[in-house]
Amino acid sequence: MASPTDKEIIDFVIHEARLLDQHRFEEWLALYTDDAYYWMPLEWGQTDPKLVGSLMYEDKLLLQIRVERLKGNRTFSQKPKSRCHHVLQTPQIDSRDDAKGEYVTWTPMHYIETRYDDQQLYAAWATHTLTLVGGVLKIKLKRVDLVNCEAAFGNIQLFM
Amino acid sequence: MTRYRGNVEAIRSLVRPAEVHRDVYVDDEVFQLEMEHLFANTWVYIGHESQIPNPGDYYGTTIGLQPVLMVRHTDQTVKVLFNRCPHKGTRITTETCGNAGKFFRCPYHAWSFKTDGSLLAIPLKKGYENTGLEESHAGKGMAPVRHVHNYRGFVFAKVNDVGLGFEEFFGDSLSSFDNMIDRSPVGKLEVAGSPLRYMHNCNWKMLVENQTDTCHPMVAHESSAGTAVNVWKNAPPGTKKPMAVEIFAPFMSPYEFFENMGIRVWPNGHGHTGVHHSIHSDYSAIPGYFEKMVAAYGEERAKRILGENRHNTVYFPNLMIKGPIQLIRLFKPIAANKTLVESFTFRLVDAPDVLLERTQMYNRLINAPTSVVGHDDLEMYERAQEGLHVDANQWVNVQRLYDSNEPVDVTAETNGTTEWQMRNQFHAWSKFMTMSM
Repeated sequence: MASPTDKEIIDFVIHEARLLDQHRFEEWLALYTDDAYYWMPLEWGQTDPKLVGSLMYEDKLLLQIRVERLKGNRTFSQKPKSRCHHVLQTPQIDSRDDAKGEYVTWTPMHYIETRYDDQQLYAAWATHTLTLVGGVLKIKLKRVDLVNCEAAFGNIQLFM
Repeated sequence: MTRYRGNVEAIRSLVRPAEVHRDVYVDDEVFQLEMEHLFANTWVYIGHESQIPNPGDYYGTTIGLQPVLMVRHTDQTVKVLFNRCPHKGTRITTETCGNAGKFFRCPYHAWSFKTDGSLLAIPLKKGYENTGLEESHAGKGMAPVRHVHNYRGFVFAKVNDVGLGFEEFFGDSLSSFDNMIDRSPVGKLEVAGSPLRYMHNCNWKMLVENQTDTCHPMVAHESSAGTAVNVWKNAPPGTKKPMAVEIFAPFMSPYEFFENMGIRVWPNGHGHTGVHHSIHSDYSAIPGYFEKMVAAYGEERAKRILGENRHNTVYFPNLMIKGPIQLIRLFKPIAANKTLVESFTFRLVDAPDVLLERTQMYNRLINAPTSVVGHDDLEMYERAQEGLHVDANQWVNVQRLYDSNEPVDVTAETNGTTEWQMRNQFHAWSKFMTMSM
């Protein structure tokens, strides 16, 4: 495949959020490379995901466990199930390396998660590092920086 | 309506040998009395000295609902001060940690205080001449918490003069701290970054009790740990077991595993699970670590330190520590039905980084607001907080393996599924609640 156009990259990031909002978690997970990470830092401007605490720093195995758990009959914190809703600004393409097939986007967003009568609003910036695998765009790293990353939160159960 | 204030008998009647009244979890007046008495008569964890390495460094936290500062004084000692200006009550610092320089300066009227809290200067001081300021509360500066103890870097404070001395209050339970600290080849820990902060809409004691509740992991955490085990089964044969699976899988151990791990209770409400083994016993060895421990302590002692794999140690009233993975959780009461949990991680000084990597991973997977284990725990607490409003049964049961001859305020080891430690906590609760009434 030829290098993706800017529009294809932007559409890809928007499509990822739509899959989450529609609870299409298996399709969502398939967007990630086998060596992908989903990272939600705990500290402002954090650079180290391993020796400093994070809210999430999960490889594909851990993400798979989450997706399977959401389907489980004894997943008590998901009775009833949470729902989520993303409002994205248009993703901006921060870097494009066609030779390497690597692209980085930056997407400010509002994310809402609900369960029962509870509705929580979060504001964050998503940074996607995308790569071409067999000519198809995949997520190598999704980093979600909450604007209030160090605040005390209740349960955050789905994916931003 | 006041049912409990000034009524020692009413407080005592909330705790029976094997059940406790729901008001200890849901009643606002009981909560207020806990703040005034229980959290003032006991040694409450403040912070670790590595958070304030240099003179003027401070760290802000709470004792019950009262804001306090832990600060490194110019003489290198650690002070704990109530965090309010003696003048108008303004909190002196708002950032959790920082450096005050040589003195604290209130941002409202520029009163300044030495780092032991004593009054340094007041602008336009002549306005207080002949007013008797020296005898006022304001003239005494930022009040220190009178009783402070630094145990191998871990700082505790007690507000009231009544109660027990530090050594008497904690006694042999300090062995769990010793084990965590001794796991560093140089016997030193450092706080590793910010804590995970997790808000719970439930009473703080539900969290403390859960720390030694060994009959819930395989039930409440089936959806997370059980799923982890099942997903891992599909890995290609010969794949190295990932650290995450090593952490999750033991939660699914059978009842027998938890019965045999044992529970030890100590006087004054302290106790721990995992006397003989625990969910932390079978983690992979970290290359190079044992050799460093042997070099530091000799083989026999190194083996003894690393062979002690206590699960959760509860330090009454509101701290839990995990020695084998260098993690502590502080259950901060906010209201009868609201608790902030702060989970801190520690670096073992001079040990390989992979140990800290595991500590951080454990904290993310188990203690984060984004943790699939935490989600189901919180669900149980919140359901209990609601369910307790049923009037037909107003009692919470803590009867498992209860014996009517069970002694109180003793050191004892027993079956790992006992609820003796919960009973032990409530005995201490009743004792320290009423001590200053």
